[in-house]
Amino acid sequence: MAPTVEGPIRARTGGPMKLAIPRGALFGPTLDALDSIGFDTSEMRGDSRSLIFSLDGLTVVTIRPSDVPTYVEAGAADLGITGKDVLLEQRDRVVYEILDLGYGSCRMVLAAREGDESLDESERRLGAMRIATKYPRIAERHFDETGRQAEIIDVKGSVELAPLVGLADGIVDLVATGRTLSENGLEVREEIVTSTARLVANRVSHKLRAAEVDDLVERLRPKGM
Amino acid sequence: MRHPIPPGTRDILPDEMRELRELQATLTEVFESRGYGQVATPTLEYDSVLSRGEGRSGVGAYRFFDERGELLALRSDMTIPIARLVASRFADAEPPLRFSYIGNAYRVVRPQRAQVRQFMHAGVELVGAGAPDGTAEVIEVLSAALDAVGLNRAVVGLGDADLYRQLLTELGVDDEPRMRILDRLAMHDLVGLEGEVDRVEGLPPDGRETLLRLPGMRGGAEVLDQARELGGGAVERAAQRLQATYDALVERGVADRVQLDLSLLRDLGYYTGAILEVYDPALGHILGGGGRYDDLLGQFGAPMPAAGFGLYLERVHLAQMEEERISEEETS
Repeated sequence: MAPTVEGPIRARTGGPMKLAIPRGALFGPTLDALDSIGFDTSEMRGDSRSLIFSLDGLTVVTIRPSDVPTYVEAGAADLGITGKDVLLEQRDRVVYEILDLGYGSCRMVLAAREGDESLDESERRLGAMRIATKYPRIAERHFDETGRQAEIIDVKGSVELAPLVGLADGIVDLVATGRTLSENGLEVREEIVTSTARLVANRVSHKLRAAEVDDLVERLRPKGM
Repeated sequence: MRHPIPPGTRDILPDEMRELRELQATLTEVFESRGYGQVATPTLEYDSVLSRGEGRSGVGAYRFFDERGELLALRSDMTIPIARLVASRFADAEPPLRFSYIGNAYRVVRPQRAQVRQFMHAGVELVGAGAPDGTAEVIEVLSAALDAVGLNRAVVGLGDADLYRQLLTELGVDDEPRMRILDRLAMHDLVGLEGEVDRVEGLPPDGRETLLRLPGMRGGAEVLDQARELGGGAVERAAQRLQATYDALVERGVADRVQLDLSLLRDLGYYTGAILEVYDPALGHILGGGGRYDDLLGQFGAPMPAAGFGLYLERVHLAQMEEERISEEETS
Protein backbone atom coordinates (compact mmCIF):
# COMPACT_ATOMS: atom_id res chain seq x y z
CA MET A 1 0.00 0.00 0.00
CA ALA A 2 1.43 3.32 -1.02
CA PRO A 3 1.79 6.02 1.61
CA THR A 4 -1.05 8.19 0.40
CA VAL A 5 -1.68 11.59 1.86
CA GLU A 6 -4.47 11.83 4.39
CA GLY A 7 -6.75 14.72 5.05
CA PRO A 8 -7.04 18.07 3.37
CA ILE A 9 -4.08 19.22 1.34
CA ARG A 10 -5.44 22.50 0.06
CA ALA A 11 -3.28 24.62 2.34
CA ARG A 12 -0.41 25.83 0.27
CA THR A 13 2.02 27.13 2.85
CA GLY A 14 4.09 25.11 5.23
CA GLY A 15 3.97 21.41 4.60
CA PRO A 16 5.64 19.76 1.64
CA MET A 17 5.54 21.27 -1.84
CA LYS A 18 3.24 19.62 -4.34
CA LEU A 19 4.68 18.36 -7.61
CA ALA A 20 2.36 17.23 -10.43
CA ILE A 21 3.90 14.56 -12.64
CA PRO A 22 2.54 13.09 -15.86
CA ARG A 23 1.25 9.55 -16.25
CA GLY A 24 2.11 8.01 -19.60
CA ALA A 25 5.35 8.05 -21.57
CA LEU A 26 7.07 10.59 -19.31
CA PHE A 27 6.15 8.75 -16.10
CA GLY A 28 9.12 6.34 -16.00
CA PRO A 29 11.84 8.88 -16.85
CA THR A 30 10.29 11.33 -14.37
CA LEU A 31 10.47 8.74 -11.58
CA ASP A 32 14.08 8.02 -12.61
CA ALA A 33 14.85 11.74 -12.32
CA LEU A 34 13.29 11.87 -8.85
CA ASP A 35 15.25 8.74 -7.82
CA SER A 36 18.47 10.30 -9.04
CA ILE A 37 18.08 13.25 -6.68
CA GLY A 38 17.44 11.06 -3.67
CA PHE A 39 13.69 10.43 -3.54
CA ASP A 40 12.42 6.89 -3.15
CA THR A 41 9.74 6.35 -5.79
CA SER A 42 9.45 2.56 -5.44
CA GLU A 43 5.90 2.83 -4.08
CA MET A 44 4.85 4.71 -7.20
CA ARG A 45 6.25 2.09 -9.53
CA GLY A 46 3.93 -0.62 -8.28
CA ASP A 47 0.41 -1.10 -9.53
CA SER A 48 -1.04 1.29 -6.98
CA ARG A 49 -4.23 3.06 -7.93
CA SER A 50 -3.40 5.97 -5.63
CA LEU A 51 -3.09 9.36 -7.24
CA ILE A 52 -1.24 11.13 -4.45
CA PHE A 53 2.05 9.97 -2.96
CA SER A 54 4.10 11.30 -0.13
CA LEU A 55 7.85 11.27 -0.70
CA ASP A 56 10.36 12.65 1.74
CA GLY A 57 9.48 16.35 1.86
CA LEU A 58 7.52 16.32 -1.40
CA THR A 59 3.90 15.48 -2.22
CA VAL A 60 3.59 14.03 -5.70
CA VAL A 61 0.30 13.97 -7.60
CA THR A 62 0.05 11.88 -10.76
CA ILE A 63 -2.18 13.20 -13.54
CA ARG A 64 -2.57 13.29 -17.32
CA PRO A 65 0.23 15.26 -19.00
CA SER A 66 -2.29 17.69 -20.53
CA ASP A 67 -3.77 18.44 -17.09
CA VAL A 68 -0.43 19.50 -15.58
CA PRO A 69 -0.64 23.17 -16.71
CA THR A 70 -4.21 23.39 -15.37
CA TYR A 71 -3.22 22.20 -11.88
CA VAL A 72 -0.10 24.34 -11.75
CA GLU A 73 -1.77 27.51 -13.05
CA ALA A 74 -4.43 27.24 -10.34
CA GLY A 75 -1.86 26.56 -7.62
CA ALA A 76 -3.30 23.11 -6.91
CA ALA A 77 0.32 22.01 -7.52
CA ASP A 78 3.32 24.23 -6.85
CA LEU A 79 5.40 22.59 -9.55
CA GLY A 80 4.70 20.30 -12.46
CA ILE A 81 6.47 18.24 -15.09
CA THR A 82 5.06 17.90 -18.59
CA GLY A 83 6.09 17.93 -22.24
CA LYS A 84 6.85 21.10 -24.17
CA ASP A 85 4.21 19.93 -26.65
CA VAL A 86 1.56 20.29 -23.92
CA LEU A 87 2.83 23.76 -22.99
CA LEU A 88 2.76 24.86 -26.63
CA GLU A 89 -0.75 23.55 -27.11
CA GLN A 90 -1.89 25.39 -23.97
CA ARG A 91 0.28 28.46 -24.41
CA ASP A 92 -2.14 30.83 -22.71
CA ARG A 93 -1.92 28.98 -19.40
CA VAL A 94 0.02 31.21 -17.04
CA VAL A 95 2.76 28.95 -15.69
CA TYR A 96 6.45 29.66 -15.33
CA GLU A 97 8.59 27.37 -17.49
CA ILE A 98 11.76 27.10 -15.48
CA LEU A 99 13.80 24.11 -16.60
CA ASP A 100 14.38 21.86 -19.62
CA LEU A 101 14.71 18.41 -18.07
CA GLY A 102 16.21 17.01 -21.26
CA TYR A 103 14.41 13.66 -21.33
CA GLY A 104 11.26 12.62 -23.18
CA SER A 105 12.59 13.90 -26.47
CA CYS A 106 10.19 13.78 -29.40
CA ARG A 107 9.20 15.75 -32.49
CA MET A 108 5.94 17.37 -33.57
CA VAL A 109 5.63 16.60 -37.28
CA LEU A 110 3.38 16.90 -40.27
CA ALA A 111 2.98 13.42 -41.73
CA ALA A 112 1.11 11.93 -44.68
CA ARG A 113 0.77 8.60 -46.49
CA GLU A 114 3.98 7.46 -48.15
CA GLY A 115 4.21 8.80 -51.67
CA ASP A 116 0.74 10.31 -51.48
CA GLU A 117 0.08 13.67 -53.20
CA SER A 118 -3.16 14.66 -51.52
CA LEU A 119 -1.60 17.33 -49.24
CA ASP A 120 -0.35 19.25 -52.27
CA GLU A 121 -3.39 18.50 -54.33
CA SER A 122 -5.84 19.71 -51.68
CA GLU A 123 -3.84 22.87 -51.21
CA ARG A 124 -3.75 23.54 -54.95
CA ARG A 125 -7.32 22.62 -55.85
CA LEU A 126 -9.20 23.31 -52.58
CA GLY A 127 -7.05 26.08 -51.07
CA ALA A 128 -6.59 24.22 -47.79
CA MET A 129 -5.17 20.94 -46.53
CA ARG A 130 -7.27 18.75 -44.28
CA ILE A 131 -5.23 17.95 -41.18
CA ALA A 132 -6.25 15.63 -38.34
CA THR A 133 -4.55 16.24 -35.00
CA LYS A 134 -4.73 16.10 -31.23
CA TYR A 135 -2.84 19.42 -31.23
CA PRO A 136 -5.14 21.83 -33.08
CA ARG A 137 -3.47 25.00 -31.81
CA ILE A 138 0.08 23.92 -32.64
CA ALA A 139 -1.10 22.80 -36.07
CA GLU A 140 -3.02 26.01 -36.75
CA ARG A 141 -0.07 28.13 -35.72
CA HIS A 142 2.33 26.15 -37.89
CA PHE A 143 0.22 26.66 -41.02
CA ASP A 144 -0.39 30.32 -40.15
CA GLU A 145 3.32 30.94 -39.74
CA THR A 146 4.15 29.24 -43.02
CA GLY A 147 1.44 31.16 -44.85
CA ARG A 148 -0.81 28.21 -45.68
CA GLN A 149 -4.38 27.34 -44.87
CA ALA A 150 -5.52 24.14 -43.28
CA GLU A 151 -8.80 22.71 -42.17
CA ILE A 152 -7.98 21.38 -38.72
CA ILE A 153 -9.88 18.26 -37.67
CA ASP A 154 -9.69 17.75 -33.93
CA VAL A 155 -9.52 14.05 -33.01
CA LYS A 156 -8.81 12.42 -29.65
CA GLY A 157 -7.07 9.15 -30.43
CA SER A 158 -5.25 7.09 -33.12
CA VAL A 159 -4.66 10.05 -35.39
CA GLU A 160 -2.75 7.78 -37.82
CA LEU A 161 -6.04 6.34 -38.93
CA ALA A 162 -7.37 9.61 -40.36
CA PRO A 163 -5.36 9.76 -43.62
CA LEU A 164 -5.73 6.00 -44.18
CA VAL A 165 -9.52 6.17 -44.35
CA GLY A 166 -9.79 9.58 -46.03
CA LEU A 167 -10.77 11.75 -43.08
CA ALA A 168 -7.71 13.94 -43.65
CA ASP A 169 -4.85 14.51 -46.11
CA GLY A 170 -2.28 14.44 -43.33
CA ILE A 171 -1.75 14.57 -39.60
CA VAL A 172 0.12 16.70 -37.11
CA ASP A 173 1.30 14.48 -34.29
CA LEU A 174 4.03 13.77 -31.80
CA VAL A 175 6.66 11.24 -32.90
CA ALA A 176 9.28 9.61 -30.68
CA THR A 177 10.73 6.78 -32.78
CA GLY A 178 8.57 7.03 -35.89
CA ARG A 179 7.58 3.38 -35.64
CA THR A 180 3.84 3.98 -35.37
CA LEU A 181 4.01 6.14 -38.47
CA SER A 182 5.87 3.64 -40.61
CA GLU A 183 3.72 0.73 -39.43
CA ASN A 184 0.73 2.64 -40.75
CA GLY A 185 2.39 3.56 -44.04
CA LEU A 186 2.91 7.20 -43.08
CA GLU A 187 6.02 9.35 -43.49
CA VAL A 188 7.26 12.61 -42.00
CA ARG A 189 6.85 15.57 -44.38
CA GLU A 190 7.78 18.49 -42.12
CA GLU A 191 9.21 18.87 -38.67
CA ILE A 192 7.34 21.54 -36.67
CA VAL A 193 9.07 21.61 -33.31
CA THR A 194 11.03 19.37 -30.96
CA SER A 195 9.83 18.72 -27.45
CA THR A 196 11.33 17.55 -24.16
CA ALA A 197 10.04 17.37 -20.59
CA ARG A 198 9.86 20.74 -18.78
CA LEU A 199 9.58 21.75 -15.16
CA VAL A 200 6.91 24.42 -14.66
CA ALA A 201 6.00 26.43 -11.57
CA ASN A 202 2.95 28.23 -10.27
CA ARG A 203 3.70 31.94 -10.32
CA VAL A 204 2.77 32.49 -6.66
CA SER A 205 4.69 29.43 -5.45
CA HIS A 206 7.69 30.59 -7.46
CA LYS A 207 7.66 33.81 -5.40
CA LEU A 208 6.54 32.66 -1.96
CA ARG A 209 8.43 29.35 -1.84
CA ALA A 210 11.44 30.66 -3.74
CA ALA A 211 14.15 28.83 -1.79
CA GLU A 212 12.44 25.44 -2.01
CA VAL A 213 11.67 25.88 -5.71
CA ASP A 214 15.23 26.95 -6.53
CA ASP A 215 16.66 24.05 -4.53
CA LEU A 216 14.61 21.51 -6.45
CA VAL A 217 15.46 23.19 -9.77
CA GLU A 218 19.18 23.01 -9.07
CA ARG A 219 18.96 19.35 -8.10
CA LEU A 220 16.89 18.44 -11.16
CA ARG A 221 19.02 20.44 -13.59
CA PRO A 222 20.54 17.97 -16.09
CA LYS A 223 24.29 17.63 -15.67
CA GLY A 224 26.34 19.54 -18.19
CA MET A 225 23.72 22.26 -18.73
CA MET B 1 -37.31 29.51 -18.08
CA ARG B 2 -33.56 29.91 -18.15
CA HIS B 3 -31.98 32.80 -19.95
CA PRO B 4 -28.24 32.82 -20.65
CA ILE B 5 -25.72 35.48 -19.69
CA PRO B 6 -22.46 35.88 -21.62
CA PRO B 7 -19.55 33.66 -20.55
CA GLY B 8 -17.16 35.46 -18.22
CA THR B 9 -19.96 37.43 -16.54
CA ARG B 10 -21.96 36.42 -13.49
CA ASP B 11 -24.76 37.34 -11.13
CA ILE B 12 -23.92 38.16 -7.52
CA LEU B 13 -26.45 36.95 -4.96
CA PRO B 14 -27.13 38.44 -1.51
CA ASP B 15 -24.73 36.34 0.63
CA GLU B 16 -21.76 37.11 -1.59
CA MET B 17 -22.89 40.70 -2.06
CA ARG B 18 -22.90 41.28 1.70
CA GLU B 19 -19.33 40.04 1.96
CA LEU B 20 -18.19 42.05 -1.05
CA ARG B 21 -19.86 45.18 0.36
CA GLU B 22 -18.05 44.67 3.64
CA LEU B 23 -14.79 44.24 1.80
CA GLN B 24 -15.45 47.44 -0.15
CA ALA B 25 -16.33 49.33 3.03
CA THR B 26 -13.11 48.17 4.72
CA LEU B 27 -10.98 49.21 1.75
CA THR B 28 -12.78 52.56 1.37
CA GLU B 29 -12.08 53.26 5.04
CA VAL B 30 -8.36 52.51 4.61
CA PHE B 31 -8.13 54.67 1.49
CA GLU B 32 -10.14 57.62 2.84
CA SER B 33 -8.29 57.64 6.18
CA ARG B 34 -5.06 58.19 4.24
CA GLY B 35 -6.46 61.02 2.18
CA TYR B 36 -7.38 59.03 -0.94
CA GLY B 37 -10.83 60.39 -1.79
CA GLN B 38 -12.95 58.05 -3.88
CA VAL B 39 -13.82 58.92 -7.47
CA ALA B 40 -15.98 57.22 -10.08
CA THR B 41 -15.51 57.60 -13.82
CA PRO B 42 -17.77 56.45 -16.66
CA THR B 43 -17.68 52.79 -17.59
CA LEU B 44 -17.75 53.91 -21.23
CA GLU B 45 -15.23 56.30 -22.71
CA TYR B 46 -14.08 57.38 -26.15
CA ASP B 47 -11.68 54.78 -27.48
CA SER B 48 -9.40 57.53 -28.81
CA VAL B 49 -9.00 58.89 -25.26
CA LEU B 50 -8.38 55.56 -23.50
CA SER B 51 -5.97 54.34 -26.16
CA ARG B 52 -3.71 57.35 -25.50
CA GLY B 53 -2.52 55.57 -22.39
CA GLU B 54 -2.25 52.03 -23.60
CA GLY B 55 1.11 52.00 -25.28
CA ARG B 56 2.36 48.93 -27.08
CA SER B 57 0.52 46.14 -25.33
CA GLY B 58 -3.03 47.52 -25.58
CA VAL B 59 -5.03 45.24 -23.30
CA GLY B 60 -8.00 43.81 -25.20
CA ALA B 61 -10.87 46.22 -24.63
CA TYR B 62 -14.48 45.89 -25.78
CA ARG B 63 -15.09 48.49 -28.45
CA PHE B 64 -18.25 49.43 -30.29
CA PHE B 65 -19.96 52.27 -32.14
CA ASP B 66 -22.65 54.36 -30.50
CA GLU B 67 -25.72 55.73 -32.28
CA ARG B 68 -23.71 58.67 -33.68
CA GLY B 69 -20.98 56.44 -35.01
CA GLU B 70 -18.45 57.32 -32.29
CA LEU B 71 -16.05 54.53 -31.34
CA LEU B 72 -16.46 53.81 -27.62
CA ALA B 73 -14.62 51.42 -25.33
CA LEU B 74 -15.40 49.79 -22.00
CA ARG B 75 -12.61 50.71 -19.60
CA SER B 76 -10.13 47.83 -19.17
CA ASP B 77 -8.58 49.27 -16.03
CA MET B 78 -9.11 52.28 -13.76
CA THR B 79 -5.69 53.91 -14.03
CA ILE B 80 -6.09 55.34 -17.52
CA PRO B 81 -9.53 56.91 -16.84
CA ILE B 82 -8.12 58.52 -13.68
CA ALA B 83 -5.13 59.87 -15.64
CA ARG B 84 -7.67 61.36 -18.07
CA LEU B 85 -9.66 62.81 -15.16
CA VAL B 86 -6.60 64.33 -13.50
CA ALA B 87 -5.40 65.95 -16.74
CA SER B 88 -8.88 67.33 -17.51
CA ARG B 89 -9.95 68.56 -14.10
CA PHE B 90 -6.92 68.83 -11.81
CA ALA B 91 -4.18 70.04 -14.15
CA ASP B 92 -3.67 73.21 -12.09
CA ALA B 93 -4.21 71.66 -8.66
CA GLU B 94 -1.35 71.60 -6.18
CA PRO B 95 0.23 68.11 -6.22
CA PRO B 96 0.34 65.53 -4.82
CA LEU B 97 -3.18 64.36 -5.65
CA ARG B 98 -4.64 61.28 -4.03
CA PHE B 99 -7.58 59.30 -5.45
CA SER B 100 -9.10 55.91 -4.79
CA TYR B 101 -11.64 53.87 -6.73
CA ILE B 102 -13.77 50.75 -6.58
CA GLY B 103 -15.39 49.79 -9.85
CA ASN B 104 -15.83 47.26 -12.60
CA ALA B 105 -13.45 46.99 -15.51
CA TYR B 106 -13.80 44.85 -18.63
CA ARG B 107 -11.42 42.83 -20.74
CA VAL B 108 -11.81 40.62 -23.76
CA VAL B 109 -11.48 36.96 -22.79
CA ARG B 110 -10.26 33.87 -24.56
CA PRO B 111 -12.95 31.21 -24.73
CA GLN B 112 -12.98 28.07 -22.54
CA ARG B 113 -10.56 29.47 -20.02
CA ALA B 114 -12.92 30.46 -17.22
CA GLN B 115 -11.62 34.00 -17.63
CA VAL B 116 -13.82 36.86 -16.56
CA ARG B 117 -14.88 39.69 -18.83
CA GLN B 118 -15.96 41.85 -15.94
CA PHE B 119 -14.00 42.20 -12.73
CA MET B 120 -14.12 44.51 -9.74
CA HIS B 121 -11.02 46.58 -9.20
CA ALA B 122 -10.19 48.55 -6.02
CA GLY B 123 -7.11 50.71 -5.63
CA VAL B 124 -5.44 54.08 -5.33
CA GLU B 125 -3.54 56.52 -7.53
CA LEU B 126 -0.97 58.95 -6.15
CA VAL B 127 -0.28 61.68 -8.72
CA GLY B 128 2.51 64.22 -8.49
CA ALA B 129 4.75 62.35 -6.04
CA GLY B 130 7.87 60.77 -7.53
CA ALA B 131 10.10 57.86 -6.60
CA PRO B 132 11.07 56.71 -4.10
CA ASP B 133 8.78 58.28 -1.55
CA GLY B 134 5.61 58.23 -3.64
CA THR B 135 6.17 54.54 -4.37
CA ALA B 136 6.73 53.82 -0.68
CA GLU B 137 3.52 55.63 0.26
CA VAL B 138 1.51 53.58 -2.22
CA ILE B 139 3.01 50.34 -0.86
CA GLU B 140 2.23 51.46 2.68
CA VAL B 141 -1.42 52.01 1.76
CA LEU B 142 -1.48 48.63 0.00
CA SER B 143 -0.01 46.95 3.05
CA ALA B 144 -2.60 48.58 5.33
CA ALA B 145 -5.37 47.49 2.95
CA LEU B 146 -4.16 43.86 2.99
CA ASP B 147 -4.03 43.85 6.80
CA ALA B 148 -7.47 45.45 7.04
CA VAL B 149 -9.07 42.71 4.93
CA GLY B 150 -7.36 40.00 7.00
CA LEU B 151 -4.67 38.93 4.53
CA ASN B 152 -1.84 39.24 7.03
CA ARG B 153 0.30 36.73 5.16
CA ALA B 154 0.05 38.51 1.81
CA VAL B 155 3.30 39.60 0.19
CA VAL B 156 4.05 42.50 -2.17
CA GLY B 157 6.56 41.76 -4.91
CA LEU B 158 8.59 44.82 -5.92
CA GLY B 159 10.53 44.95 -9.18
CA ASP B 160 11.68 47.47 -11.78
CA ALA B 161 10.01 47.86 -15.16
CA ASP B 162 12.99 49.65 -16.74
CA LEU B 163 15.62 47.11 -15.75
CA TYR B 164 15.46 44.85 -18.81
CA ARG B 165 14.75 47.63 -21.32
CA GLN B 166 17.84 49.51 -20.16
CA LEU B 167 19.92 46.36 -19.87
CA LEU B 168 19.11 45.28 -23.44
CA THR B 169 19.94 48.78 -24.71
CA GLU B 170 23.24 48.69 -22.84
CA LEU B 171 24.04 45.29 -24.34
CA GLY B 172 23.22 46.62 -27.82
CA VAL B 173 20.47 44.08 -28.51
CA ASP B 174 18.47 45.13 -31.60
CA ASP B 175 14.73 45.60 -31.90
CA GLU B 176 13.68 42.17 -33.03
CA PRO B 177 15.65 39.96 -30.63
CA ARG B 178 14.92 42.58 -27.97
CA MET B 179 11.17 42.09 -28.40
CA ARG B 180 11.52 38.33 -28.34
CA ILE B 181 13.63 38.44 -25.16
CA LEU B 182 11.18 40.82 -23.42
CA ASP B 183 8.37 38.54 -24.52
CA ARG B 184 10.03 35.47 -22.96
CA LEU B 185 10.72 37.44 -19.78
CA ALA B 186 7.11 38.62 -19.55
CA MET B 187 5.95 35.00 -19.95
CA HIS B 188 8.62 33.91 -17.48
CA ASP B 189 9.71 31.22 -19.91
CA LEU B 190 13.28 30.69 -18.73
CA VAL B 191 13.96 27.85 -21.16
CA GLY B 192 12.83 29.98 -24.11
CA LEU B 193 14.76 32.94 -22.73
CA GLU B 194 18.01 30.99 -22.82
CA GLY B 195 17.27 30.00 -26.41
CA GLU B 196 16.61 33.61 -27.46
CA VAL B 197 19.64 34.95 -25.60
CA ASP B 198 21.88 32.38 -27.28
CA ARG B 199 20.59 33.50 -30.68
CA VAL B 200 21.78 37.08 -30.14
CA GLU B 201 24.96 37.62 -32.11
CA GLY B 202 27.94 39.26 -30.45
CA LEU B 203 26.50 39.19 -26.93
CA PRO B 204 29.35 39.30 -24.39
CA PRO B 205 29.46 36.25 -22.04
CA ASP B 206 28.84 38.37 -18.94
CA GLY B 207 25.80 39.94 -20.64
CA ARG B 208 24.41 36.47 -21.27
CA GLU B 209 25.07 35.54 -17.65
CA THR B 210 23.28 38.70 -16.44
CA LEU B 211 20.21 38.14 -18.63
CA LEU B 212 19.85 34.53 -17.51
CA ARG B 213 20.49 35.03 -13.80
CA LEU B 214 18.47 38.18 -13.06
CA PRO B 215 15.04 36.53 -13.59
CA GLY B 216 15.78 34.07 -10.78
CA MET B 217 16.59 36.74 -8.22
CA ARG B 218 13.89 37.35 -5.63
CA GLY B 219 13.99 37.72 -1.86
CA GLY B 220 15.12 40.25 0.72
CA ALA B 221 17.57 43.15 0.45
CA GLU B 222 20.40 40.69 -0.28
CA VAL B 223 18.97 40.30 -3.79
CA LEU B 224 20.27 43.75 -4.70
CA ASP B 225 23.81 42.81 -3.69
CA GLN B 226 23.61 39.61 -5.75
CA ALA B 227 22.40 41.62 -8.74
CA ARG B 228 25.17 44.20 -8.37
CA GLU B 229 27.77 41.44 -8.51
CA LEU B 230 26.68 40.83 -12.09
CA GLY B 231 27.89 44.33 -12.93
CA GLY B 232 26.81 46.81 -15.61
CA GLY B 233 25.25 50.26 -15.52
CA ALA B 234 21.63 49.24 -16.12
CA VAL B 235 21.66 46.72 -13.26
CA GLU B 236 23.40 49.23 -11.01
CA ARG B 237 20.82 51.94 -11.74
CA ALA B 238 17.89 49.58 -11.16
CA ALA B 239 19.50 48.36 -7.93
CA GLN B 240 19.87 51.97 -6.80
CA ARG B 241 16.22 52.74 -7.58
CA LEU B 242 15.06 49.64 -5.73
CA GLN B 243 17.42 50.31 -2.83
CA ALA B 244 16.04 53.83 -2.45
CA THR B 245 12.46 52.54 -2.47
CA TYR B 246 13.39 49.77 -0.05
CA ASP B 247 15.01 52.26 2.33
CA ALA B 248 11.86 54.40 2.22
CA LEU B 249 9.82 51.27 3.02
CA VAL B 250 12.06 50.46 5.98
CA GLU B 251 11.50 53.99 7.25
CA ARG B 252 7.74 53.50 7.00
CA GLY B 253 7.98 50.11 8.72
CA VAL B 254 6.51 48.05 5.85
CA ALA B 255 9.67 46.55 4.31
CA ASP B 256 8.95 43.13 5.88
CA ARG B 257 5.95 42.73 3.66
CA VAL B 258 7.95 43.30 0.47
CA GLN B 259 9.82 40.77 -1.63
CA LEU B 260 12.33 42.31 -4.01
CA ASP B 261 11.92 40.58 -7.34
CA LEU B 262 14.10 41.21 -10.38
CA SER B 263 12.00 38.89 -12.55
CA LEU B 264 8.93 41.12 -12.56
CA LEU B 265 7.83 42.51 -15.91
CA ARG B 266 4.16 43.37 -15.99
CA ASP B 267 2.46 43.24 -19.35
CA LEU B 268 0.82 46.68 -19.24
CA GLY B 269 2.79 49.04 -21.44
CA TYR B 270 2.65 52.16 -19.30
CA TYR B 271 4.79 51.17 -16.31
CA THR B 272 8.10 52.91 -15.61
CA GLY B 273 10.38 52.18 -12.66
CA ALA B 274 8.82 50.32 -9.73
CA ILE B 275 6.30 47.56 -10.46
CA LEU B 276 4.26 45.63 -7.91
CA GLU B 277 2.48 42.29 -7.67
CA VAL B 278 0.44 41.04 -4.72
CA TYR B 279 0.38 37.40 -3.60
CA ASP B 280 -1.28 35.48 -0.82
CA PRO B 281 -0.03 32.00 0.05
CA ALA B 282 -3.62 30.69 0.10
CA LEU B 283 -4.24 31.48 -3.58
CA GLY B 284 -2.39 30.43 -6.72
CA HIS B 285 -3.28 33.60 -8.65
CA ILE B 286 -2.00 37.14 -8.12
CA LEU B 287 -4.35 39.38 -6.15
CA GLY B 288 -3.42 42.57 -7.96
CA GLY B 289 -0.57 44.77 -8.98
CA GLY B 290 0.60 48.24 -9.77
CA GLY B 291 3.65 50.42 -9.93
CA ARG B 292 4.92 53.71 -11.25
CA TYR B 293 3.75 55.24 -14.52
CA ASP B 294 5.65 58.48 -14.66
CA ASP B 295 5.00 59.03 -18.38
CA LEU B 296 1.28 58.27 -18.48
CA LEU B 297 0.00 61.69 -17.36
CA GLY B 298 2.22 63.26 -20.00
CA GLN B 299 0.26 61.33 -22.66
CA PHE B 300 -2.75 63.33 -21.48
CA GLY B 301 -0.87 66.64 -21.49
CA ALA B 302 -0.26 66.93 -17.75
CA PRO B 303 3.24 65.53 -17.20
CA MET B 304 3.50 64.42 -13.56
CA PRO B 305 5.01 61.38 -11.89
CA ALA B 306 2.43 58.92 -10.59
CA ALA B 307 2.06 55.53 -8.94
CA GLY B 308 -0.76 53.29 -7.81
CA PHE B 309 -2.07 49.79 -7.24
CA GLY B 310 -5.23 47.89 -8.01
CA LEU B 311 -6.59 44.79 -6.28
CA TYR B 312 -8.92 42.29 -7.95
CA LEU B 313 -11.73 42.35 -5.43
CA GLU B 314 -13.18 38.93 -6.27
CA ARG B 315 -9.77 37.33 -5.82
CA VAL B 316 -9.21 39.13 -2.51
CA HIS B 317 -12.56 37.72 -1.41
CA LEU B 318 -11.49 34.23 -2.51
CA ALA B 319 -8.19 34.56 -0.65
CA GLN B 320 -10.10 35.59 2.49
CA MET B 321 -12.20 32.45 2.21
CA GLU B 322 -9.17 30.22 1.67
CA GLU B 323 -7.33 31.79 4.60
CA GLU B 324 -10.37 31.23 6.84
CA ARG B 325 -10.53 27.62 5.70
CA ILE B 326 -6.84 27.10 6.42
CA SER B 327 -7.04 28.57 9.92
CA GLU B 328 -10.11 26.43 10.65
CA GLU B 329 -8.19 23.33 9.53
CA GLU B 330 -5.27 24.30 11.72
CA THR B 331 -7.38 24.82 14.82
CA SER B 332 -9.60 21.74 14.39
